[in-house]
Amino acid sequence: MHKIWLIIQREYLTRVRKKSFIIMTLLTPLLLATFMILPGLLISMSGEEETVMVLDESGLFENKLESRKDLAFIPLPDLTLDQAKTIYQETDNTALLYIPKMSIEDPKGFVVYGKKNISIQTQVSLENMLEKEIENQRYLASGLDRQTLDKIKADVKITAVNLSNEGEKGNNAIITSIAGVVGAVIIYFFIFLYGVQIMRGVIEEKTNRIVEVMISSVKPFQLMMGKIVGIAAVGLTQFLLWVILSFFAVTAVSAAFGVDAAPSPAAQYAAGQMAAQGGGLEADDPTAMANEPGEDEFANTITDVKQSFASLNIGLIFFSFLFYFLGGYLLYGSLFGAIGAAVDNETDTQQFMMPITIPLVIAFIMSYSIVLKNPDGPVAFWMSMIPLTSPIVMMVRVPFGVPAWELLLSMGLLVAGFIFTTWIASRIYRVGILMYGKKVNYKELSKWLFYRV
Amino acid sequence: MSILKIEGVSKFYANHTALDNVSFEIPQGCIFGLLGPNGAGKTSLIRIITQITGADSGKIYFKGERLQPGHIKDMGYLPEERGLYKKMKVGEQLLYLAQLKGLSKEDATARIKSWIDRFEIREWLDKNIEDLSKGMQQKVQFIATVLHEPSLIILDEPFSGFDPINANLIKDEILSLRERGATIIFSTHRMESVEELCDNIALINRSRKVLDGPVKEIKDTYKTDTYQVIGNGQLMVTSPDFEVLEQHSNHGIFRASIKLLNNTSPNDLLRYLIQRVEVHSFVELVPSINEIFIQKVKETHHA
Repeated sequence: MHKIWLIIQREYLTRVRKKSFIIMTLLTPLLLATFMILPGLLISMSGEEETVMVLDESGLFENKLESRKDLAFIPLPDLTLDQAKTIYQETDNTALLYIPKMSIEDPKGFVVYGKKNISIQTQVSLENMLEKEIENQRYLASGLDRQTLDKIKADVKITAVNLSNEGEKGNNAIITSIAGVVGAVIIYFFIFLYGVQIMRGVIEEKTNRIVEVMISSVKPFQLMMGKIVGIAAVGLTQFLLWVILSFFAVTAVSAAFGVDAAPSPAAQYAAGQMAAQGGGLEADDPTAMANEPGEDEFANTITDVKQSFASLNIGLIFFSFLFYFLGGYLLYGSLFGAIGAAVDNETDTQQFMMPITIPLVIAFIMSYSIVLKNPDGPVAFWMSMIPLTSPIVMMVRVPFGVPAWELLLSMGLLVAGFIFTTWIASRIYRVGILMYGKKVNYKELSKWLFYRV
Repeated sequence: MSILKIEGVSKFYANHTALDNVSFEIPQGCIFGLLGPNGAGKTSLIRIITQITGADSGKIYFKGERLQPGHIKDMGYLPEERGLYKKMKVGEQLLYLAQLKGLSKEDATARIKSWIDRFEIREWLDKNIEDLSKGMQQKVQFIATVLHEPSLIILDEPFSGFDPINANLIKDEILSLRERGATIIFSTHRMESVEELCDNIALINRSRKVLDGPVKEIKDTYKTDTYQVIGNGQLMVTSPDFEVLEQHSNHGIFRASIKLLNNTSPNDLLRYLIQRVEVHSFVELVPSINEIFIQKVKETHHA
C-alpha cells in the first residue's frame, strides 16, 4: 500500500505542477465567464440610440410612435418624400420611415430608407410598433380597447407534481433533466479527458524505458492502479477548482463590467446550487432556459427553479454522481491503461480506442435522444444496467426517480464491471509494458490474458 | 556462501524456450559475469531473479531463502534499456525510486547527497532528466540502482553508452561496492569488456548454461600450454617437445606461438630458446573468455 501511495503522489504532483495544468485550470473559468458575460456586454454596447425620422402622410401615427431607450422618432412636418429624403441625407439619423397615405383597413406601402443597411432588429421593432398601433386603432373602431382585451387574454401555466410515497413533490421536468444531463456530461468528458491521460502516461513510461526499473521495485498492478488513482485525483482537483474559480470569475467579471445581463444572476444561482450539489454545473444550460421568459416573469422563474431544485433529492443525486463518476472512470481508466501498455506509441492506439469510445458515445447520444424522453423505458433500463453505459445513462435517470433495486443493481454491476476490466487490464498491462516493437492485435491481446508471467 | 543459487530454472515463451534447466551459484561478495551472445537468455534470467517475471520451473534461493517479493528491496537492477522519467527533476526522481525500494525519506535524502557529491553533479539536482546528456542520465540511473545499498546489484550491459572516462568511474564505484560487501552481476555479450573485472562467470548460449565457475579455474582448464615468444635471430625449433604453431619474422625480429608437448615446462622451452636466439618477450598465451566460449560452443555443437 505504501508503494501505491508513493506512485499516486508522484502521478498527482508531476501533473498538477505542470504549466499546462495551471494554465488550463485558470483559463477555463475565465473563458467561461467571458462567454457568459459577453452577450450581455455586446448587447449593452451596441445599444446606442437609433434615431428614425418619420414622414407620416397618412396622419394615422401622429404622436403615436413613442420613443424608447434605444429608438427615437423625429416626426417631420408636411413635406414631399423627395424633400424628406434630402433633409434625411443631411442629418446623421439612422433611418427615414415613410408612411404613405392609406386607410386603417388596408395598411401598406411602408418604406424605411437608410444610408446603410437597416438592421433586422430595427426593422422588426418598427414593424411591431406599427402593427400594434394599427391593431389599437382597429380595436377602437370596433368598440374595444386594449385594457378590455388584455383582461380577456388568458395565461396558463401548469405545475407538475409528483404523487409519491413521500408525499407530493413539485416537479419541473426541465430542471430534472438538466441535473441529470449535466452530471452525465461531466462524467463523459472526465472519462475521456483523464482516461486518455492514463493511456499517455503508460505509453510515456514505455517509451522512456523506465518501466523495467519500476517493475523491479513494484508490482505492475500497483503501478497501474497508482497511475489511475493519481490521475483521478488530478481530475477531481481540476474540476473542483473550475467550479470554485468559475463562480468567482463570473461574479468578478460581471461586477467589473457592471453588466446588468439577465443571464448572470440565474447562472450564479444555478452554479451555486450545483456547487452545493457537488455536481457542479457549467452554468450556461440554465441561462438558456432562464432567458426564454420575459423579464417580468424572470423573478417567478427563479422561484420556480428554486422550488424545483428543492424538490430534487439532492443527496441522492450527489451520491449517485460521485459513484458513477468514480465507477465509470475506474472502469474505463483501466482499459485505457491496458491500451497504453499494448502499444508502443500513440499512433497505434486507434484500433483499440474504437471499442472503448463507442459504448461511451452511444450512451451519450441515447441519453439525449431516448432516455430523457422516456427515463423508465426499456432502453433506459438496460443501458443503465450495462456497466459500460450505466455511468452516463443512470446519471441521467436518477433525478427522475429510479426504483431502489434498479439503482442498487446498476451500482453492483458497475462495481463488478470495473473489477473485471481492471483484471483484464492488469493482465494485458503486465505483459504489454515489457513488450517492445511488436504490433499487437486482438488475438494476441486475448492470449496475454492467460499468459503466465 | 552463495548469495544466489539457481536450480534448474526454465522459462518458456509461446514460440521459444528462453531458459532450459539452468543451474549455477553466485558466491557472496564477488563480481559475477553472466555472459553470452544476444538472445541467449541472460535478460530472461535476470528478470526472473528480479521477479519481474516468474520461472516456469526450477528454484532460486537468495541468501539461502526461496526467492520472495521481500527480497526485491535488497537488489538493485540496472536494465539494458536505460530510462527515467524525463520530466522529473534529478533529485525528486532519485528520491522517488529510493522510496519505492523501501528507504525512508530522510535516509534517501542523506544518501542522495553523498552520491551527488561523489559524482560531482550537485548542480544537476534541480534539472529535469531530459535536460541532461546521455552520460549524465546514465550516471543518475546508476546512482538510483545502488542508492538503497542492495547486497545484490545486477547490471545489464553496464558499460554501453558510457564514454571511457565515465566507464572507469563506474568501474571504480563497482569495485568499491564490492569492497563494502555487495555482490555484482554483470550481464553482457561483450565478454572482453568485463573479463578482467569478473571473479566468477557463467556462460549461457541458446538458453542453456554452457560453463560456470571462477575465471581463474576456467582459464586454467582451457589453457593450452602455449607461449608467445618475441626475439631476435633465426628461430628453428627441431625438438619434438615443442611445436611451433605460428611464426612471423620481420627485419630479424621473430614472433612465434609455441606449444609445450610431452609435459615439458615453460622453463624448458625458455632454456631451449636462450641457446638459439635472443629472447625479448616470453608470455603465456591464455585464452580469452571469448575464445573459451567459442570453443565450448563448438564442442557442444559437435557433441
